[in-house]
Amino acid sequence: MDNLVFRAGGWLVLAALAFMAMALAADGGFAVHMGIITIACLIVLWVTVSKADYGAIARGIIKSPADPGIYDDEPIRWGVIATLFWGMAGFAVGLYIALQLAFPVLNLGLEYTTFGRLRPLHTSAVIFAFGGNALIATSFYIVQRTCRARLAFPGLARFVFWGYQLFIVLAATGYLLGVTQSKEYAEPEWYVDLWLTIVWVSYAVVFIGTIVKRSEPHIYVANWFFLAFILTVAMLHLVNGLAMPVSLLGAKSYSAFAGVQDALTQWWYGHNAVGFFLTAGFLGMMYYFVPKQAERPVYSYRLSIIHFWSLIFLYIWAGPHHLHYTALPDWAQTLGMVFSVILWMPSWGGMINGLMTLNGAWEKIRTDPIIRMMVIALAFYGMSTFEGPMMSIKAVNSLSHYTDWTIGHVHSGALGWNGMITFAALYYLVPRLWGRQRLYSLRMVNWHFWLATFGIVLYAASMWVAGIMQGLMWREYGADGYLVYSFSEVVSAMLPMYLIRALGGLMYLAGAAIMVYNVWMTVLGKLREEKAMTETPHNEAADKPIVAQPAE
Amino acid sequence: MADNQRIDEPTGTQTVGHEWDGIEELDTPMPRWWLWTLYATIIWGIVYVILYPAWPMVNSATEGVLGWSSRGDLQQELDARDKELEPIRQALVAGDINTLYEKPELMQAAIEGGRSAFKVHCVQCHGTGADGIRPGSGYPNLNDDEWLWGGDLEAIEYTLVHGIRNPDHSETRFSQMPAFGRDGILSSAEISDLVSHIRVISGEEEQSASATRGAALYESNCAVCHGADGTGDRTQGAPNLTDAISLYGIGRTSLTNTITNSRYGVMPRWGHRLDPATVRMLAAYVHSLGGGEALPAATNADEAVAEEAAGDQAVGEGGKDVQS
Repeated sequence: MDNLVFRAGGWLVLAALAFMAMALAADGGFAVHMGIITIACLIVLWVTVSKADYGAIARGIIKSPADPGIYDDEPIRWGVIATLFWGMAGFAVGLYIALQLAFPVLNLGLEYTTFGRLRPLHTSAVIFAFGGNALIATSFYIVQRTCRARLAFPGLARFVFWGYQLFIVLAATGYLLGVTQSKEYAEPEWYVDLWLTIVWVSYAVVFIGTIVKRSEPHIYVANWFFLAFILTVAMLHLVNGLAMPVSLLGAKSYSAFAGVQDALTQWWYGHNAVGFFLTAGFLGMMYYFVPKQAERPVYSYRLSIIHFWSLIFLYIWAGPHHLHYTALPDWAQTLGMVFSVILWMPSWGGMINGLMTLNGAWEKIRTDPIIRMMVIALAFYGMSTFEGPMMSIKAVNSLSHYTDWTIGHVHSGALGWNGMITFAALYYLVPRLWGRQRLYSLRMVNWHFWLATFGIVLYAASMWVAGIMQGLMWREYGADGYLVYSFSEVVSAMLPMYLIRALGGLMYLAGAAIMVYNVWMTVLGKLREEKAMTETPHNEAADKPIVAQPAE
Repeated sequence: MADNQRIDEPTGTQTVGHEWDGIEELDTPMPRWWLWTLYATIIWGIVYVILYPAWPMVNSATEGVLGWSSRGDLQQELDARDKELEPIRQALVAGDINTLYEKPELMQAAIEGGRSAFKVHCVQCHGTGADGIRPGSGYPNLNDDEWLWGGDLEAIEYTLVHGIRNPDHSETRFSQMPAFGRDGILSSAEISDLVSHIRVISGEEEQSASATRGAALYESNCAVCHGADGTGDRTQGAPNLTDAISLYGIGRTSLTNTITNSRYGVMPRWGHRLDPATVRMLAAYVHSLGGGEALPAATNADEAVAEEAAGDQAVGEGGKDVQS
């Protein structure tokens, strides 16, 4: 009881502090954020107090299951729901800003709904909210299974989940309110950065703690990738986030770096957000779910070692290729380009290991839509990790940079690789996490697969065309050696491509909506009565013995 | 290796012997093509860092065997282009701009250069088609032969160099129409009559009592700048009111607003931002768009004739057919 009073008091004090910070805030954005933190503290306070009365109910939220004989899956179930929720939000905002580019009137004339504020909301929602929740949930699932051990520090694991959601809410509201330190993929201001640091270190402690207490002699390859992802993201976040706040009660801060140093630090961070968040982390996911779903051994242990270490070593240097032909010194541009090109094969090692794991189970592509999603994810992974090194070559970059080709590249990776592998993993997880016999509907998974695949093709193809057209129009010289097009003429030429892109996004969103319904019905324990995906052919007419004909 | 190595049946490959949650690993060698491509990219990388700027030292970086630098590369391209353009630029700025009328080749070269410069500096207001974006936008359409300050090469160049209504520049093109309504010179009923009159002489409305009252008001308030017949005065940028072309629109609301508050449209001057050759290129391009006028001497004579003809028509048919 004393403990309860102590803890409830602590939360109340925190809520009061946040409320005071809100009242004394130097700017509106900071005030709103402190208000959100006050509410979060009060919710935790309420949960803490009500736990005393409804201990059984709250046990699921605060403590791991009493039975030590089962894995600690509660935070993973929440993670799956959070992934879907933020995914839908992120995809919907993406569709909306795609339409804004085609129809500027959709900016609505409000500062909160301009493209400039919604665009980072979209990118962060899909990368950090959708992707981040998927990574945290699957890494907690995988690390327990492959270590044959329950999560270390169950309370901290729950803190990681809720703390991360608070980070997402603060980041998302910050974008709308215009609170930003203006670094791409690292927009949240200093106090949100500090909060994320606490959450991320807790995440590392839970993950590494679980590996330390493992019952298996070796660490599985998926866990190498998750470890690399967690440690490197921590380092990137800490260095790129270094900043001096103007006031402890205000949102604004100034970066520790200036000029081209700041740009280089930002793109060292930005590129490795792609490399370690969207590549290494999701490769960890791939290395567990693909062999499980295919029921086949991993193709090559040796390849996994070599491609892991070469990927980790090379990726960290590739960032400067985002700053070709800028004030960045030539030697640094060379560094970024050379390491990016050498990165090609190490990246492809993951694709080979994933695809070739299907050796001996290729027929599942016909029968299992989840395997199909994994295969298309690996195919897009292979495509974008070839396209990336190619675009880092200076001659190519001089055409592609600042055009929609980059947007097409990012989305073939994000929608194709990260999205599809996440969908496949969630479809694998949901029946197992909720103890259901199977998914509500496999045919809906198939619908999701085709909608998403066509959506990506429309999206990527239209952006490739738009980007290359844009690049060529910008550098088009007439017979007298003068530029032919003005900027606005290039913008007008893009409209049809923007419409096709929006259609692709709509299809992708529609597929995700089908998934939400399918998962929801599975969680409710329903099974859809439907025809099986394939049936073994049966020819009634041929199903009889050959009657011997008399010889002539 | 662990003891539980086995041969995987579908592939015939040996497993490594580890197992996690049912996942095993095969001991397949790395694909040779993969390995050799990796080696090839590494060798390419080594060659590249020898050829190009790469290794950071204490004060600077290695310059590379080829001596290439991105700034040097750009400078080379710019120099080559400058060399190509130099004769044209020199010929353009040598002497009076009116000499361009007699040099069709140089004129053509200037027009092409102007077309490009226009896309960078002018489209923001005048539109990519130089049509002022839309009628009544306040930005003049440069494709027609209606000129506020003159449409021969020299006049266009002057406008470009000195701008319009730049308060910090004494040579700028300047005039200011009074805000007849805001400053209480005319009542709103009088302004309404004046609007009727202007719309009659521009052929937008039929003759009316209001327009007749407006004609008297026009005589005492407007004729001094816009001329007795309303055809304007280019020396002070007073627009011709007898045609349907109008900078801010010829509808009643727009005209009422113009007379009540005045407009005071501004164009920046480019003389201190662009070099003289580029300004001449822009003048030649704008001149070429369709409304360019001949040498001033010839223009005066032409105009006198045109004005006479227009005046006759306006008297004869109530100005109905004077629209361009």
